[in-house]
This record gives sequence, structure tokens and C-alpha cells, in this order.
Amino acid sequence: MNPVLWRRVGHYGFIAFCAAAFIFLLAPILVIVPLSFNAEPYFTFTEGMLRLDPEAYSLRWYRNVVEDEAWSRALVNSLVIGSAATLLATTLGTLAALGLASPAMPGRALITGILISPMVTPIIIVAVGMFFFYSSIGLGQSLTGLILAHAALGAPFVVITVTATLSGFDPTLLRAAASLGAGPLRRFFRVQLPLIAPGVFSGGLFAFATSFDEVVVVLFMGGLEQRTIPRQMWSGIREQISPSILAVAVFLIAFALVALFTVQWLRRRSTGR
Amino acid sequence: MQEPHPPSSANARQLAALLLALLPGSLAAESITVVSWGGSYARACVEAYHKAFTAETGIEVLLEDYNGGLAQVRAQADAGAVHWDVVDLEMPDGKLACDEGIIEPVELAELPPGLNGEAPAEDYPPGVVSECGPGMLFYSTIYAYSTQYLKGEPPATIEDFFDLEKFPGRRGMRRSPLANLEFALLADGVPLEQVYDVLDTDAGVERAFHKLDSIKDEVVWWEAGAQPPQMLADGEVLMSTAYNGRIFNAQVLEKQPFIIVWDGQVLDLGGPLAIVAGTPRLEAALRFVRFANRPTSIANVAKYISYSPSRRSAVGLVNKHWETGIDMTPHMPTAPENLKRALQSDWRWWSDNRDEMNERFSAWLVR
Amino acid sequence: MRIKGPRATAVALTLPLLAFIGLSFVAPLGTLLSKSAYDPNVANILPRTLAALDGWSGGGLPAEAAFAAIAEELPKARQARTLVRVAGPVNRLKSGLRRVLARTARQVEKTEYAGSWRAALIGIDPAWQEPDTWLAIQAAGARFTLRHYLQALDLERRPDGDIGLRPEQSRIYVPLLWRTLLVSLGVTLLCLAIGYPIAHLIATSPPKRSNLLLLMVLVPFWTSLLVRTTAWIVLLQRQGVINSLLVSMGITPDGERLELIYNMTGTFTAMTHVLLPFMVLPLYSVMRSIPPTHMAAAASLGANPVQGFLRVYLPQTLPGIGAGGLLVFILAIGYYITPALVGGRSGQLISNMIAYHVQTSLNWGLAAALSSILLVAVIGLYLIYSRLIGIDRVRLS
Repeated sequence: MNPVLWRRVGHYGFIAFCAAAFIFLLAPILVIVPLSFNAEPYFTFTEGMLRLDPEAYSLRWYRNVVEDEAWSRALVNSLVIGSAATLLATTLGTLAALGLASPAMPGRALITGILISPMVTPIIIVAVGMFFFYSSIGLGQSLTGLILAHAALGAPFVVITVTATLSGFDPTLLRAAASLGAGPLRRFFRVQLPLIAPGVFSGGLFAFATSFDEVVVVLFMGGLEQRTIPRQMWSGIREQISPSILAVAVFLIAFALVALFTVQWLRRRSTGR
Repeated sequence: MQEPHPPSSANARQLAALLLALLPGSLAAESITVVSWGGSYARACVEAYHKAFTAETGIEVLLEDYNGGLAQVRAQADAGAVHWDVVDLEMPDGKLACDEGIIEPVELAELPPGLNGEAPAEDYPPGVVSECGPGMLFYSTIYAYSTQYLKGEPPATIEDFFDLEKFPGRRGMRRSPLANLEFALLADGVPLEQVYDVLDTDAGVERAFHKLDSIKDEVVWWEAGAQPPQMLADGEVLMSTAYNGRIFNAQVLEKQPFIIVWDGQVLDLGGPLAIVAGTPRLEAALRFVRFANRPTSIANVAKYISYSPSRRSAVGLVNKHWETGIDMTPHMPTAPENLKRALQSDWRWWSDNRDEMNERFSAWLVR
Repeated sequence: MRIKGPRATAVALTLPLLAFIGLSFVAPLGTLLSKSAYDPNVANILPRTLAALDGWSGGGLPAEAAFAAIAEELPKARQARTLVRVAGPVNRLKSGLRRVLARTARQVEKTEYAGSWRAALIGIDPAWQEPDTWLAIQAAGARFTLRHYLQALDLERRPDGDIGLRPEQSRIYVPLLWRTLLVSLGVTLLCLAIGYPIAHLIATSPPKRSNLLLLMVLVPFWTSLLVRTTAWIVLLQRQGVINSLLVSMGITPDGERLELIYNMTGTFTAMTHVLLPFMVLPLYSVMRSIPPTHMAAAASLGANPVQGFLRVYLPQTLPGIGAGGLLVFILAIGYYITPALVGGRSGQLISNMIAYHVQTSLNWGLAAALSSILLVAVIGLYLIYSRLIGIDRVRLS
């Protein structure tokens, strides 16, 4: 058989395979967007929807979510926990990344390993351990406990992104500032921070997204009063799956897109492209 | 007779409520957390008496859902941190929890009298009373199907539920041994009156699990009472066991073409409304439990969902469905038509054996 | 001796996070490990009973002193609401004793002492005349125990002290561990099979298209896990999008819709989808650094594309395969949400069993032991990972 033909078949096969893979990646997410506007309480496209009949579409599930106090309470909890955890994780994570970037840092590999470990430990183990530990010190079923837990889960992302940004940072700038008489704090806030800000910000965004999407720890540690959006979704999916869930899902997809494009934009800024 | 209160206090209460409403969130009012079964049953309770309770006492009721069992109550007692105040327990769990000392004893005499002033001890039949409170409502675990998906000859007996040849398709069952072991034995030919004698032997339990084995691969397990109607409506399962009231609600409110098969129903007693021992809100919790046990409260629940009051004087108050006006009587698990082949669940047997059965069941499930 | 400036500064900067992670993350893991082997509850609540049982080892019934002690300590525990802490562990050693302890604690309060606690207790429940009951209390009274680990490995200590396999019907954890490992491995391989070609496509496309394709991987990566799981429920249900599509195209009859969810198929599909980006991103970053000239050089030396791929390209992508594979595998073996929501009975993994023991059976010692075993496995993989790739080289695209 003709090798050129073979190569062509191989090439088109490869393209077809990749196309299928991308459909697999994206289709599930795309499918729920139109379904969230279904006028009927079903999870399939009704005939009316396929005919693009405006009657078949409605905002009722969005209205349901907006009017349901449980969802708004969950949103407030998610935002409170997410912001507090992000603040904590970003501050501590940025400081640690600065330390790790110093050539004088002893035992860097080991310390990095420890700092990153929350990110790669199976979440079930983290959740069970935290449930035992935080209830034993009286922080079970409390916002404080969840904030601390989420900050620990988010900090590694800050360490990693800030470390990456710092690797492109020219330390001679600090020496130059020092020679001009700037003290260490001034050097940090005036010279270094503005330059690594994109990394800090995207690390913070990662940390926030982690908290905003986290459900296992909340399941084990949180009570009725600490329900977050993912926790509310979890009961919705488990117990009474209604298209309201899809409306919330579309909101979360929008959030993901905003976060993603912000991080991309920041990355481009920091790499100077 | 209801607890009387001076009429003038109503205005004072309104004023107080108004003032309290201006305060930020959690400071506002005294509140208790009541844990119930979610879905249409919880909704029935809210409409039937939670709202009236809050209106009368000013105590806010926070509602949380659970799916039965004592795990959370035990965990809270163990940790010494009580977040739940009142829990709508299953009868066997109520007795067990009472023995373990994790729920407060509620003396029958502390509860409100019957409609015509009968003493509670006379108004509650002896079979429904445990030391930590009486059972309040009769409900039933039945199985149901939707005519939207199940066409042709309809299933009519509990044997049919286990017959995969005649009715191929998935089954929904509660993820618990409760009622399932009874169904299995009934379908395996054990007469009604011998079910608990058979279950009392190791061989009998094996027999029940063996019968369950025959459909195990086709079963989708549910936990929340709201799931079976959903699974039936979605066609996810062909038939499902369910609490009869949930199916009733889907029938009358959502116009679902569901049919209940009453043959082999396991008639159960819901309640007691138990107060978690160690709650800092004991007084409010006790007021709530008393309020809920009023004949009018219990009867009101039965106007929203087809569960039958256990208090004698409340039974007569139940007639029409609150929203649709249909006659509730034929939908009750205690209606003579539905009792032709009904097994009365033995909550004392279950309270003695629940732990062991749970263990065996969960080990069986993962195999 | 004075510590050098930069070094002290560097350490001082990392110290706050290190302390924070230590408190909020390492301490919980420590608690977990200790719970798996240490339980002082029974020893603290029944000290006199255990002291009276000291030296007794199952020959006949224990002395009256033990009956008297437990008759005093059980009601006391019930009053203090700590009876649960005793009843749970004892019941796990001998099924049915929870009820016996609870009933006894309750009845003893109403019982008048009539000369013999032994007679009184046996009158309340005949279980008190079985030495096994007392042996269970004695065993539960040990502060340190390895029995949770034994149980997690489907082993038990026989009465003669030997360790052996549990009876067949109660061997559930080792098969579940195997299932978890196999599913994780399967998902990892599936991710590799799907991820490798698309990572290659992204890495070799012109910049504009490459960016667009990368976005198509990043969108699911950033989308909430619960949203993606919901999406799969919507797609895979019996009346879901895929089945309805198949029916409307006449491929499957309406009565024979495929069962794609609440079983292993559901777990596999959804997990692969969720974890795929974790495979693609490391592969992509490795592939991007391979100059296309290498393949051209191989071709010019007479290698056909297959040879060129196997001999030149594949070896250079091994670090990416290792990184992506281990990352996906580690995430997969601790997966909880997806199997719980779409796995049904047959798609459950070890993490679901851990959750069951924490939340439902309250067998915290066993949950902790299972978690610890999982943790050790992950640390092992983690060490391999850092040996192969270097943990500090993790990048987030």
C-alpha cells in the first residue's frame, strides 16, 4: 500500500480523534447551558426547544434560584469563606514564595514539598483529618474552621504561581534600589511587589477558585449554617435534582470563564507578551 | 383545648417581632434547629405546624434534612457539641437513642391532651408509645411505578417487584435494611405473621439477603425520600420502593402517572420527635415538641401528605387534601382497601437488631 | 555565632506559612494517624471495670467486683452522655452489645441492689453471662490497638492470638482497595490515551490555534467539579441527552435505553473527564519544549514515522507522561465526589467507604486506618514523583 496514503489516513485519523476528544472535554459543559433555560422540569431537549420555540424556553429555574433563600445564604457563605481564605493564603503564600526564591534558602526542596502537600493529598484524607482535628479544638461546624481549612488548600497554588513569577524577576533591581537608599520594606512594596503582582493575583484567584469549588471538606466539617454553593449543589444533586441546579451550574461556568481569562491575561502581562 | 394565651400579648409579640427583625440576622430571634426528612414531608410539617409554632411563640424554626439513622445524633453527643435540637426519628432509633441516653425522655403526661381533653395516655394507642416520646404518624413503605414507562400488564404483588423476568428493568430501593428484609421475605413466600420470627434467626436473615441477591444487580439505591419519585419520573428505574406520601404528592401535585402497589406494604410508625440530649435550647425544643403533638398539628400534616395520625382524636380531623381538596381517606396507608396484605413493622424488633442488620447490609452491599 | 542575613530572612519569610500549614494541615493528618491506633475513650469511661477485669482472661465469668464496677459505671456514662463512646467500640468487637450496654445502663438505674450485681445484670440481659461480652469490653479498653489496621486489611486476631484472614463474607476492604487502584489505573491510562494526542496537537499547532485549543482544555479545568458531574448526570441518565439522542436516531429502542450511570461506566466516564486536563497540561508543557527538528532529523535518517515516534519523540515525552500519570493517579485514588454521585453501588471507591465510616457507622478508628493506608500509598507515589520530576517543578498553566 502507498505510504503517502497511509500517512494521510493516519493524519486524518489523528485529527478526527482529537476532535472527538475536544468534544468529550467541552460538550458536557456546553450542553447544560441551553438546558438551564428549559421551560419543562426535564434534563432533555424538548421538541419545542429543538424547534427553537420561544415558549419552550424560560427563566423559571433562574428565578427559582434567585428567590430561594438557601441559595443566597450559600452564596454569602461561599464568598465569605472564599475571600477570607484567599486573603490568608495569598499573604502567607507570597511571603513563603519570596523566601523560597532566595538563593540562601536552606532545604528548599523539602520545604517546598511540605508547603505544596495539601494540593496533592487526596481530599478525602484531608477532610477526614480536618474533621477530627477541628472538632477536637472546638472549630467544628464553624466558619473559622472552614476558612483555615480552605486557606491551607489554597496556599500551595499561591506558592507555585508566585515562585514561577519570581523566576523571571531580576534581583539586580533590588540591589539597585538598595544602592539608592531604599529600605527593605520600601524595596519590596515599591519594586518587587508591582512586578510580581500578576503572579500574586493569579495565585489568589486559584486559591479563591479552590475554595469556591471545594465541597468535601465542607461536607465533613460544615453544618447547616456553613452551607456553601457547592454544598448546596451536592444536596441538590443527591436528593432532588431539578433544573435549578443547572442554573447555578451556568453561573459557576461563567465564574470559571472570568477566572480563566483573568489568569491568562495576567500571565501574558507578567511574561511581557 | 389549646394552650390559652391572653389576646393582648399578640400585639406585644408583633411589636417585639418587628423590633427583632431590625436587628442583624442571628441576634434576631430565638431559634431551634429541627431535623426532618426533607422534600414533601418536611414541607407538609412546615405548613402544618412549623409556621403556626413560630407565629405563636416567636421561636424561629431552622429546618435541616437528614435520611434517618442515629449517626449524627451520636456524633454530636460524642463531641459534646449539639447543633441539632429536635430530630424526627424513626421509631426503632427512638428507642435505641433513648436507651443510650442521647435523647431527652419525654413523658406522655407532658404532652397536650386529646381534642376533647382526653389524657395523652388514652389518646395514643399503647403500641405507639416509647419512653422518649410517642410515634406520631403512620406511613408506609410501598413500591410504585409510572405508567409512562411501565406499559402492558401492571405489577400487582410484592412478588412482582422481585420478578425480573416478568418485569425486566431497574429497581429503586432504600439504602437500608429496614423494610427491604421484610419485602424480601414476603416475596419469598413467608406469611405475614411469621416474618419477624423468621428474621429472628440467622438462617432467616440469610434467606432475606439471598432473595435480595436475586435483584441486587438491578437495584439503584436511594437515601432521601425525595429520590424515588424523581427516579420514577425520569424513568431511571422501572419500579421503586418509596414512602407512600411522597408518591401521593407526586400524583396529586405534579400529576405524575404513578401507581402505588399496596400489596406487601410495610406499615411503619414515624416519630418520635426527639430532643437531642445536651441541647442548650431545651426549653424551646420542648415547646416545639408539645406543639407538634397537638392533635390539630398532627392532623394538619395529614392534610398535606397521606400519613395517618396515630392519636385517636386526631384521626377524625383528617378529611380533604389542603390544596386539591381530594378525599385523603383512600390514600392513607391505614385505609382498609390498602391493608389487605400489609405487614406492621415491628419497631421493637428493629430497635434490638438495627445495628447488626445495618452492618450486615452494608457489608452485603459492597460485595 | 551570628546567623547570616539573607538566610535568616529567607527562613523568616517561609516560617509563617510553614507554621500555618503545620497547624491547619499537618496537625489534622497527625490526628488522623493517632485515631487509627489510639482510642482512650473506653479506658477513661470504664476505669474501675477494666481494673477489675485485670488478670481475668476469659476463663469462666469475671469476679463480682467487675459486675459491681460496670453496674456503677454504665449508668454514670449514660448520665454524662458518654455511653455512646463505649457502646460503639464494644459493639464493633461483638455485634449486639450496643443494645446490651444501653439497656443495662438504663435498667440498672431502676434496679435495687439485692446482694449480687452478677445476678442483677444477668437478669437484665443474659449476654452478661457470656465471657465473650467481657472479653469485648476488655479488648475495647485497650488504649493502643492495631485492630483497625487489621480490619482494614481484612485480617483479624483469632482467640489463640494468631492473625488470620477474616471469614470470606466480611473481607471487603482489600477487594475495595484493589478496585480503587484498578479504577485509578484505568482512568490514568484512559487519560493518557486521550490526552497524549491532544497535547501533541496543541504543542505542534501554530501559536494562535494552539492558544485556542489550550483554552478548550482550560475551560473544563476551571469549571467546578460539581458542575461537570451534574453535566454527566444530565447526559448519561436513562432519559438523558445521550440516550434520547440514540433513541431518536433509532439506534436503540425506547425500551432498551442504555444504563450509563449509577454504575462503573458512570464513574469511569466522569472521572476521566474531570482528570483529563491534569494529564494534558504537563504533557503539553513537555512536548512544547521538543524541537520539531528532531522528528525531521529522524525522518531524514530514514526512520519511518512510527519508528521516529517510538525512538525519538516518545522517549522525550516520558517526563510528561510520568508527571501527568502520577498526578492523575494520585487524584483518582482519593476521589470521592464523582463516584458518590454517579457511581451507584458498583462504582464506589475506598474514599466512599471512608466517608461511610466517618459519617454513618461512626467507626472512626477504621476510617482513620483506611485513610492512613491511603495516605502512605500517596506519600510513596509522591516520593517517586519528586524523584522522577521534582516536586518544585510543578507548573500551573
